[in-house]
Formats: sequence, C-alpha cells, structure tokens
Amino acid sequence: MPYFVTGIRVVPVITLALLILPVLLGLAGVVAPAFGWHPALGGEAWTLVHWQALGNTTGLDDMIRLSLFTGLASALATFGIVALCLATFLETRAFGTIRRLLSPLLAVPHAAAAIGLAFLLTPSGLASRLVSPWLSGWSHPPDYLFPGDEAGLALTLGLTLKEIPFLLLMSLAALPQCRAGERLMMARSLGYGRINGFLKGVMPALYPLIRLPLYAIIVFATANIEVAMILGPSTPPPLAVAVVRWLGDPDLTMRFQAAAGALLQIGVTAGALLIWWLGERLVSRLGAGWLRDGHRRRGERLGRGLGTLMTWLAIGVLVAALAGLILWSLAGYWPFPDAWPAPLTLHAWQQATMGIGGPLSNTVTIGLAATGIALVLTLGCLEAETHRRRPLSAGAQLILYLPLLVPQVAFLQGLVQWQAQVGLNAGWPAVTLGHALFVLPYTFLSLAESYRRQDPRWRQVAATLGASPASVFLRIRLPMLAAPILVAGAVGFAVSIGQYLPTLLLGAGRLTTLTTEAVNLASGGDRRLTAVYALYQLALPALGFALATTLPRLWWRHRRQMLSGDAA
Amino acid sequence: MSRRFVLALTLTTASIAPIPSLAADAESPLDAPWPAVERQAEGQTVYWSAWGGDPAINRYIDWVADRMGERHDLDIVHVKVDDIATTISRVVAEQAAGNDGEGAVDLMWINGENFAAMKERGLLFGPFARRLPNFSLTAPDDNPEMLTDFTLPTEGYESPWGKAQLTFYYDAERLETPPRNMSKLLSWAREHPGRFTYPLVPDFLGSTFLKQALLARVEEPEVLADPASRHDVEAVTAPLWEYLDALHPHLWRQGRHFPSSGPELKRLMGDGELSLAFTFNPAEPAAAVTAHQLPPNTRSYVLEGGTLGNVHFVAIPFNARHKAGAMVLANFLLSPEAQARKQDIDVWGDPTVLDMRRLDAAERDAFEGDRHPASPPPEALQRVLPEPHPSWVEALEAEWQVRYGDG
Repeated sequence: MPYFVTGIRVVPVITLALLILPVLLGLAGVVAPAFGWHPALGGEAWTLVHWQALGNTTGLDDMIRLSLFTGLASALATFGIVALCLATFLETRAFGTIRRLLSPLLAVPHAAAAIGLAFLLTPSGLASRLVSPWLSGWSHPPDYLFPGDEAGLALTLGLTLKEIPFLLLMSLAALPQCRAGERLMMARSLGYGRINGFLKGVMPALYPLIRLPLYAIIVFATANIEVAMILGPSTPPPLAVAVVRWLGDPDLTMRFQAAAGALLQIGVTAGALLIWWLGERLVSRLGAGWLRDGHRRRGERLGRGLGTLMTWLAIGVLVAALAGLILWSLAGYWPFPDAWPAPLTLHAWQQATMGIGGPLSNTVTIGLAATGIALVLTLGCLEAETHRRRPLSAGAQLILYLPLLVPQVAFLQGLVQWQAQVGLNAGWPAVTLGHALFVLPYTFLSLAESYRRQDPRWRQVAATLGASPASVFLRIRLPMLAAPILVAGAVGFAVSIGQYLPTLLLGAGRLTTLTTEAVNLASGGDRRLTAVYALYQLALPALGFALATTLPRLWWRHRRQMLSGDAA
Repeated sequence: MSRRFVLALTLTTASIAPIPSLAADAESPLDAPWPAVERQAEGQTVYWSAWGGDPAINRYIDWVADRMGERHDLDIVHVKVDDIATTISRVVAEQAAGNDGEGAVDLMWINGENFAAMKERGLLFGPFARRLPNFSLTAPDDNPEMLTDFTLPTEGYESPWGKAQLTFYYDAERLETPPRNMSKLLSWAREHPGRFTYPLVPDFLGSTFLKQALLARVEEPEVLADPASRHDVEAVTAPLWEYLDALHPHLWRQGRHFPSSGPELKRLMGDGELSLAFTFNPAEPAAAVTAHQLPPNTRSYVLEGGTLGNVHFVAIPFNARHKAGAMVLANFLLSPEAQARKQDIDVWGDPTVLDMRRLDAAERDAFEGDRHPASPPPEALQRVLPEPHPSWVEALEAEWQVRYGDG
C-alpha cells in the first residue's frame, strides 16, 4: 500500500499548516482594527488614535508591570523549586512518591487550582479559620487583600503552584536525554554533594532541553486570563484581563483599543522573554566560574533543606486547596471562624445536577474530539519521521510550540473577526479546532519520546515477513505503543478541559463547558456551587488518566512487558 | 455528541447558503397576525443571550425552555454571558461582515446604556413589543416605566421582563441598626471600617450605587433626567466625588480593591467579611438564605426616601435568524404563569412587570405567597426613584475610572 507512505508524509505539512495558519490569520485580524480599520464600527481610515487612547488609559503602566512581574516571578519560582526538588530528591526513594503526587496535579485545570487556592487563602478562607479565633483573635475575617493583592503575589503563587508539575514532568522527560543518571553518578563519585552535583553536573545539560517549556510558561503567565481573573488584582488587572474587558465594553469603540492592547500584550510577553533571555546570558557568564570552582559541598545543607521544604509545601498547599473545595461543596451556611462546616449538606451537588448536563457533555465531546484530532496528527507526524528517517527539523519543532508561544488573547480575538467574515458560525466545530490547536503540542511532547525510542527491529522483522508499511503501523506500532498513546490522550484531554479563552471567544459564549462555568461562578456569589463545578472539572481529567493507566493493564494482563511501550 | 455535532454542521452550512424556500416563506413577523407568527416559530431554535451568573436565574430559564419546547416546539438555548456587552460585540461583528439576516443571537436580556447603544446604532429589530398579546397585561399606559428605559423611550424595541429595586441587607445577629440614608451610611462606615463596599464600576450594581449616591447628594435632581451634555457635569457630580472621597478609606480593603459583582458582594456577606450589602433584586437575600449562602437572620430594607428602581427588558437584534421564535418567547415571558413563577422566592424572586388589575382572580392568586423574613416589607418597595438619563452613567463611570480606576 504505497498510498500509506505518500499519505503519511503529507501529515506533517497539514499539521504545521494547522498550527501556523490560525495564529497568523488571528494576528492579522487584530492588526487592522488596532490601526483604526473596522468599517462596521465606523473605522475606515488608518490612524494611531487608538494607540493614543491606549497610552492614556489610567493604570496602563501598572497593568504592564503586573503582567511582567507575575510572568517572570512565577517562571523564576517554578524553575527554582523544580531545580531544587530534582537536586534534592532525584534517585532517592522519596522521589517516586513526589512524582506520583505531582503527576496527577498536572491534570488539575488552572481554574480549579486557582479557585481552590483562593478559597484557602482568602481572609475568610480555611487557612485563617484554622487559626481563628484561638490564635489570631479574629472574630471577623481580617481585612487583608489576598488574593487580588496589587503586587500580584497571589497570582504569582497560583501560577507557580500550577506550573511546577508541568515543568517537573517536562524535566523528567528530558533527564534521560541528557544522561542525567550517569552525570550525577560521575559527580557523586568525584565527591560532589547531591545539590552541588546536580546543579553543576546535570543542570547545564538539562537547561537547554527545558528552555522551550520554560518560555511557554512565561508566555502563559504573562498573558493568562482565568487565573488572573480569580487570583489577580482588579484595579487595575494584568494587561490581558484588561484587553478582554475592553473587548466586552458596552462602548463599542473600545474594541479598537482592545486590538491595540492585544498587540501591546505581544510586546509585553516578548519583553518578558527578552528579559529572561538576558538573565540566562548573565547567569551563564557569572556562573561559569562557580561551575568550575571545585567546591563540592558548599550550601549543601541549605539547598537540601530548601528543596525539601519547597517541594512538600507546594504539594501540601495544592492538596489543601483541593480538600477545601470538597468541604465547600458540602457546606451549609458556614460562618467565619468555624473550621469545619456543620451540618454537611448535598444541597449544592443536587442544585448542580440540574444545570450541569450541557456543560458536561460539551466538555467531554469537545475534549474527546480535539484529543482525537491531535492524536491522529501526532501519530501521523511521528510515523512520517520513521519513513523519512529523520526527526522533525528544529524549525518545525518550534512551530509545534507556536500556539503556546503567542499570547492567546492576541490571536484568538482576530480569529473571531475572521469567523464572522467568512460566515462560519461560532460553535462546536470552531471550539473543537481551537482546542486541538492547544492540545497538539502536548500530545506530541508526551508521545514523541516513546515513539522514537521503540526498537526498530520489531518493524524490520515484520517487514521481512512481508507486512506492508500500513500493516506494520496498524498491527505492530499502535498496539505496542497503546500505553503511551493512551497517556498522551489523557494529557490532551486534560489540556482541552482546562481551556478557557478559546472556548469563550471561538464559541461566542454560546458554548459552555465546565471550565467557563467554573470561572463564571468563581466571580459570583456561590462558593458551594463553584466548588462543585471545580470538582467536576477536576474529576474528568483524573478519570482520563485512570482509564489511560488501567486499560492497558487489563488489555495486556497476560503480557506485562507490553506496558512499557517497548517490549525490547 | 452526534446530535450536537450534526446540529452544528447544519448551522454552519445553512449560514453559508441560506435555503431559498425558507427565506421566501418568511413574512416579516412584524406584519403577520399572531397565530401566523406562532406557526412560523415552530421548530425554530432561539439563541437567548442572558447573564448567566446566577444559578437560580439559569434554572428559571431552563424551566422556560422546557415549557416552550412542550407548547410551541421551540428549542431555547440559553447563551450564558457574564456581560451582555459581549453579545453586542458579536452583533456588531456580524454587521461588519454584512450578516443581515443570519445572526447568531435571537433574543437578549438588556436595559439601560446597552439598550441605548444598540438602538442608536440601529442594531435592534422592531418595534415588536405591542405585537405581543401579553404586553397589554403590563398596562403600559398606566405604567410609563414599561415604555421608558433609563429615561429613553423604548418605542417598542424591547419588551419588559422584570423589575428591580436597590435593596440593602444585613445580618441582624451582628448589626442592630443599619444606616437608613446615604449620610448615615458614611458615618456608619467610619465607625465600622472595612465592613461595607460596593462592586467594581462599571458592574451595573456598582454603577447603581454611584447613581444612588448622586441622587442623594445632587442639589437639583431634575437635571439628571436630561442628557448630561446639557449640563455642567463636573459641577453637578462634584458632591458625589466629595462623598466617595470621604467614604473610600473606610470601605472593605480601604477601597483599594472592589468585589467584581453583586454576587461577589453577597459572598463577602456570607463569609462574614461585610456587615452590610445591597442588591438590585429585592428577593435575593431571602433566596440566598434558603440556599445557605447568607446568615439565617438576614434582614433587608430600602433607604428613607426610596432607592433607584428600573425595569429590565428583552430585545431582538436586527439580524436575528429566528425573530418569530424570539417573539413567541418574549410573549411567554410576559404570561401570568411565567411571571408568577419568576416572582416565586424559591425560584428566582424577580418582581413581576404585570399590572395586577389586568389579571383575573385566579391569575392574581398565583402571585400571592408567604413573605420570607429576609424579604423587604412590601410597602418599602413603593418608594422608587427614577433612573437618570444613561449619559450620566457613562459620565460617572468614566470619571470613576479616572479617580479610582488605578486603585
């Protein structure tokens, strides 16, 4: 079946086009109104007045400062904690536990984590209830501004906690590539302590491999919407939130300013990346001497103490936040200093059953379809690599990351404009394609290693027995890789469930998912119902991962070696 | 999955190539006799954009959708928006794309400045209100508020749905005598720092608080009925800013941070962070007590001399795809059955727009119910102050942003 080989070689082209086109079209759709061109709103001449209006916006410098600060601070904190965690725990027995605790936390949607964190740390939250009134003397909740503090610390904390599992898993995938085990063993045998050995021996080789994920974190953190809406300050908000607000202002001329703001957001994000890159240079120059200074145990105890504390603190806060969600979902009226809600009631869960059907089915169908599209394209790209006998070029790899490297609010806004121009109705197909755009990079990253590492001799044996390329793919590769494919699917499904802005903008608000509902409710009055939606939002990806790990076990219960994805 | 997918595909293709026979059939529902409008509406899917932030309202809309499906074979989709302005943006984008009859929005919940903005840009379909058989039950000629929206004549481009009035509430367990007017509110806030706030402007409840304060402080309230451009805005509004400058340091979080909406204000009351709050729906405190969100001893009241009140409406965009369906839906919303259910405290508690004198005894009975202790006394709701012209709201919101927007 030569069609198979020809066909499969087209897949990477389709995939790259699917990733590039929406981003470029979206950006084009923003540039025109930013410079005054939007006939329906009376903008028929090119002008810079909207940039002037943007420049005159009260608090604009605060908005930019917030975006830059929260983005860079959370990326730095994430990187520091992950580095210390790896240095402290890599190749220890505790590491397995940490890994098992953190991996599922990756699947927790941003909105759910942010809601849980807000419930935990708000003045009337679980944390202050636990110390009131016996220790703090508070009979009313204290009047402190958190979350929503002006400096954006709550927002930074939320982003950091949510990015730690992501960066940790990315690092874990990269560790074998840079032969971390051997490097660490070499360093240890030369007498280096755990921390010094890792930072001096492994990090220089690991960093280039996790640079792109780190950049993705910075882009997300400088331009995210839902976490900032829940944990960030409101007067003024970070720039991206302000852009979404302008987009929805009853004064329709504000949409020009929204477009200009979206372009500014790109600039701010690029600025954050530039600062980070300069920091990288600085560290590599300043750090060169430190790498070679020969000190083997300096700061060892401090590093280990910090690594242990930070790791368990991060896990502890996330787990407490999720536990708080469960309590709130079962609480009746729960007056302030009480640390335990009494009596418990299922009222909120019952209320939720009445309205949750639609959002739930939207979430599941969109998630499955977007993941399906992403998996087919991922498998096609990887199989094409096999036939071309070389991996995707560096440029193509970068394009895979493109949707994660351009702020969502910038190009999605333009896509909505195009959607209307070509008369395509907002709705399920548009949202699904939009989700697939963001799911694809994750499924690819999740699957690529296992796929590339599969022993080529299985294929060679099959081919010498007369199997066509198509049947090698369908009967050897896919079944043998069933376990990692399912995991990639679960990752993709979790990513899709967490999407907020694509659902909101491409669905024109007509499509509600668990995430849009949860974010909506989080700004509203009912803690209990919000908690129920956040828990549903959390349960779906968990279910996905549970299926992805148990199905292969059932399937291969008589062929245990198959679970590794490579029976070699 | 498949049904929704097929539906979405059908919509997509239909919007690219409208089916000619349907287009030829469609006599404008503005001219057709009512039974013909109902026939035209059969089988349509009406996309109704309405604020989706309150689960009780969402459940009421679900109930309406079920009734419409049973009786008129109408499929109602509640498009939940956090701000109706996003829907307006949508309609504008469609107008930009030359979409004059295939719009994605069929009916929208709207009033005030949003209505003014859409009407001014010719984005509304109508006049349709007087074509609805149930509209006469509001006795519009005796109740002029059914025909005016923030001093702007509706001219039949929107149909009334419900009423609202600014109502204050507090926990009687923790607070004995709440402040009964705006200047007492200021001295009360001084004595109880951090225990009161209002939602972030331009949230409509936040803007409403500004208007209420303006009405209380302004020297000649009559000028507020005129467009703001006819008066010296700075001079008229100066007492308001003076008042807010004095109030803000004593607010929750010293006025540096504001809750985003009325529901968040309510949550802060439930958390015990505030001692006093307010809502635009007089029935909300009672409903929230039932739902465990507010303290059991919550009580509500209206300020001396009355508070702001207005009517909220539904309107149809100029390019709605299913105008007949939207009209049938708007008519049902005005039926005694739907209005009585809406007013029921266990459902939503939104006061009716119908004039009781136009109903027969059996229909009137449906509106009677036991008063919940957290509801305001009925006579309190008769002291309604009229809304200022919408241009004042714009001026207030803009000035508020300049003064307090950067925290």
